[in-house]
This record gives sequence, C-alpha cells and structure tokens, in this order.
Amino acid sequence: MTRPSTVPETRRGGPATDPPGPGTARRRGARPRPGRRRVLAIFLTPALVLFLLLVIAPIVVASYASLYKWNGFNLPQNFVGLDNYTRAFGDPTFRGDLWHGLVLIVLSLTVQLPVALGLAMLLNQPLRGRSIYRLIFFAPYVLSEVTTAVLFNLVFSPNRGLGDSIARWLGSDAGTIFADPDTVLFAVFMIVSWKYFGLYMMLFLAARQSIPKELNEAATTDGAGPWQAFRHVTLPLLGPTIRISVFLSVIGTIQLFDMVWVLTGGGPIHASETMAVTMFQYGFRRFEVGYASAISIIMFLLSFVFALIYQRVVLRRDTEGAITNQGDNR
Amino acid sequence: MTSTANPALRARRLVLHLVCIVVGAVIVVPVWFGVLGGFKDNGQLSVNPLGLPDPWVPSNYTDILTSEVFWRQLGNSVLIAVTGTFIMVAAAAMAAFVFARFAFRGRELLFTLFGVGLMFPFAVAILPLFVLLRSMELLDNPLGVILPQAAFGLPITVIILRQFFRTIPGEVEEAAILDGCSAFGFFWRILLPMARPALATVSVLALVTSWNNFMLPLVVFTDQSWWTLPVGVQAFQGQYSDDTARVLAYVVLSMVPALGFYAVAERQLISGLSGSVKG
Repeated sequence: MTRPSTVPETRRGGPATDPPGPGTARRRGARPRPGRRRVLAIFLTPALVLFLLLVIAPIVVASYASLYKWNGFNLPQNFVGLDNYTRAFGDPTFRGDLWHGLVLIVLSLTVQLPVALGLAMLLNQPLRGRSIYRLIFFAPYVLSEVTTAVLFNLVFSPNRGLGDSIARWLGSDAGTIFADPDTVLFAVFMIVSWKYFGLYMMLFLAARQSIPKELNEAATTDGAGPWQAFRHVTLPLLGPTIRISVFLSVIGTIQLFDMVWVLTGGGPIHASETMAVTMFQYGFRRFEVGYASAISIIMFLLSFVFALIYQRVVLRRDTEGAITNQGDNR
Repeated sequence: MTSTANPALRARRLVLHLVCIVVGAVIVVPVWFGVLGGFKDNGQLSVNPLGLPDPWVPSNYTDILTSEVFWRQLGNSVLIAVTGTFIMVAAAAMAAFVFARFAFRGRELLFTLFGVGLMFPFAVAILPLFVLLRSMELLDNPLGVILPQAAFGLPITVIILRQFFRTIPGEVEEAAILDGCSAFGFFWRILLPMARPALATVSVLALVTSWNNFMLPLVVFTDQSWWTLPVGVQAFQGQYSDDTARVLAYVVLSMVPALGFYAVAERQLISGLSGSVKG
C-alpha cells in the first residue's frame, strides 16, 4: 500500500477492489449476525478514540486558534480573522522559511535522490562485500535527528572539531559553515542527506531487485548498452518508487524541525530557519499561540495541497495501473 | 555475468569499490571521530582530532555509565517506545481487522480519514496537543507522550495491516467460523498469529519512530526525570558546551541502543520500509 494512493483507492473502494472475503459474502448474504455491531464497536473504538482525540481534534483546534490572538492560556477571545495569516506572509522570517524550504527541496531532488539512485544501482552489481556497504549506508537512518545533529555540531566545532582540522588541511575555513549565513543552509542539507540518503537508496534497491532479470537481459540481447538498458528499462520500472520518494522527500522537508533546532536553532540571523522552527519559537518561547497556529496550518495546507496535486497529476497513473491490473486478473 | 579475469571488468569493480569506500568513509568517519573523541581530553581533541587517543582517557565514558541520569533517560526511552508501540499496534490491528474483513456503512469514509491523517505532522498539532495534554494533566506524565505518539502512528500502521489482513483467504475465516470460532476468536487465535511478520515489521518501524521522537517529549516533559535520550542528549550538549570530549561520549553512548537494535532488526526494518512504499 502506497501512502498517497490510499485516498483514491479507498474512494473507489467497494466491491471492485475488495477480494471476495467474508465481508462481501456477508453483504450479499443474510442479515448481519446479531452482535456484529458490538464487534465493530469494540474493535474500532480504541483506534478511533486515540485518532480523533489526539490527531483530528488538535488540527481542528489549531485552525480555530489561528483566527485568534491567543497566548495559549484560558480560552481564545480576541478574534482577529485572517490577520495571523497576512502577518505570516508579510513577515520576512516566514518568507525566508518558505525560501529555505524551497532551496532544500530543490537540493534534495537534484542531489540527494539521484545520488541515492546511483548508489542503489551500484549496490545492485555483483560486488563483494556489498551487503556490508548496504548495512553501513543505511545505518544513519536509525539514529535520531537529534543525535545526528549533536554529533555534527561537534564534528564542526571550532578548534576541536574534525571539520575544522580537515578545512585547515585543505587551506580553507570550512570550520565555520554553521556560523556563516551563506553556507549554513547547505550544511544543514548535507547533514540531512547524511542521515536520509540510505533510506532512499534502500527503497530504490528494493524496487530494482523486484524487476525481473529477464527484462534487462532481453534489452542487452537486443543490443542495448548498460546506459540504454538503464534509461529505457530500469528507470521507467523504478518510476513508482521514484515518484513516492520525491513525495516523501518534499513532505519531509516541509516539516523539518529536529535537525535544524539542534544544529543551528534556525540561525545565524534566521538563515537556516524552517517553518516548524518559527512555529516553535512563537508557540513555545513567545507564547503567541494564535500566530504560531496559523503557521502550523500553513504548513499543513502546503503539505496537503502538494499531496493532492501530486496525487492527481503524478501518482495517478501508478494507482490506475494498479487497479487496471487487478481488473485484468479477474 | 561470468567472473572472468577480464582486466577491464576488474578495473570497473575497483572503481565501484572505491566509490563505496568513499561513501562509507563519509558515513563512518564522523561516528569514528565521536567514538575516539570520547576517549580523549579536550587538549588532545584540538591537537589531534582524528588520531588515536594518547593516552586513552576512559573517564568520559565511565562517568556517564556510572551516572544515574543516562540510565534513567535510557529507561524512559525504552518505557515510552515499548508501551507506545504496544498500544499503537494493538489498536491498529483491531481497526485494520474490521476495515479489512467487515463491510459496514461509512467504512471507506473512516478509512479515508485515517489516510488523510498521514498528512498531519506533529508540528501542526503540537500546540493544541500541548494545551489539550495540559488540561488533561498529562504533562510530565509518560502517557502524555505515549498516547499522542500512538495516535500519530495509527494511520500508516492501519493501512499496512489492512492490506496484509486482506491477503489472508476468506476460506480460512469460513473454516474457523464453521468450527465455532467467534470473531474475537478468529482475530486472536488465527489472524494475529498468521500476521506475525507484518506485525513485527510495523512494530519495528514504530519503535524506531518513537525512539527518535524529539518535539513531543521536549514540550511535554519539563521535569528532567522524565527526559528521553534525544532530549537528554540535546540538554547535555547545552550543559557541557565547553567540554567537547564529554559530549561526544554522551552522543556515542546514546547511539549504541539504536545501532544495536538496527543490528538485530535490520531485515525486518528494511522489508517494512520497502513494503510500505511499494505496496
């Protein structure tokens, strides 16, 4: 089940995609057995209560609070309409956040994912010790963003850090990449990539290995070189995984918090600040909860609208293919 | 591909190995710097950041390992991750069972609602969640982290498990019911045991996510005695900002459980990730 494909798949849902199970049998058959309602209630209640109370309700409250000037205590009373939203878009810090998000997304799509794809193709070759390489490349993914960030703070700490001495050895002063507004965002990107490229590599590798060998062999027999085989056989078949990875990467970048908070706190002079960091600053440091809620809702809307458009335009053929195939099997 | 001693092929392999080794070094060297740095004092670190410690100074590690704080944070992380994962997987499995094998009005609507839940990051909900937890008096209470974490993990878990439950043939259920099995009995005695691989996968994913969570424990726990490892590591960095060697030792020790878990559950984790994305 792909994350975004759930929405249309379930909407189409119903008998067409249902495997003939007891559910459908029952629907066609006699009346529901007594006690079925009770079973439904008992099985659904825990998940529904948790989800509605702790996920849905907070989102609803956040959108409500975003219309008020509110410090987070008592009940919001000072209704300001959309002022918090217009304030956000007029705020240079928030506009900077949007810009940083865009830069990070572009870097991820043009650098991080292609590198991950290249390494996945590399590790698909018969190479001695490739399982060890795989193990190492993926390992940073299990480390928390916080530990990763603290480690790299120290790696790049002036005078005692590794980065500093390597930089001195190379004759530059890269030891200060976190202190320089021009380089800090790239430093953040590098460290985010350090942690996450292994994840994407593994996804690509898993997809690559599910492609039948015969396809590439056939292409080679027909005279395709390795590059042509990759370009015209492998890459199109990796399409669904690539499209999902792009999706995950964009959504992840919109929500980036831990890494930036610990690495730089958004500084110097807001040069590495993200939307989530600004939200956190206003919400938990300055207690402007109404304004911070508006930023949360903008984050959510950006993710949601992106997901919706991406779903409709890019992922559509993947899910359509999946459904058509199912139809063919009948 | 035959493994002839073709020199061109060998040269190509060499280049591939070289690329892998360079990438591997980029991954390993910072961690290695941390491990060795923990055995140095700060004077050694400034003179010789990468070389072997001379002399070896184990006190940074031993101080932390004999301090109560580190073990308490480790314990808190374990408690929260394990309880949260258990609650989440239990609730998700029950809901996924109903979504997969019962037809009822509003089923697709509810399921879509869970799907949309995938789009809600913590960051969007954190402020009202904080206010809500405060009014429920769950601040400085592990449940204040466990329950929201479980709730946010539900969507992806329900989706993966429902998909898996659907692959179990209807005949199995019919046979069970003919043998006098109730819905509960079928779920507990047949479905869950059959779904063990899927349950293991979602549990491993949930454990990693919970273990790494930072924002929620950061706002929920003002009382230091509840801090989890990520919060503790960040605070330790602030507290000993001048003592690089000591902070390195703390970071390294906090990585050990995660890497140890990875060594044990690697297969489960990877199959889960590729499974959840490929569908």
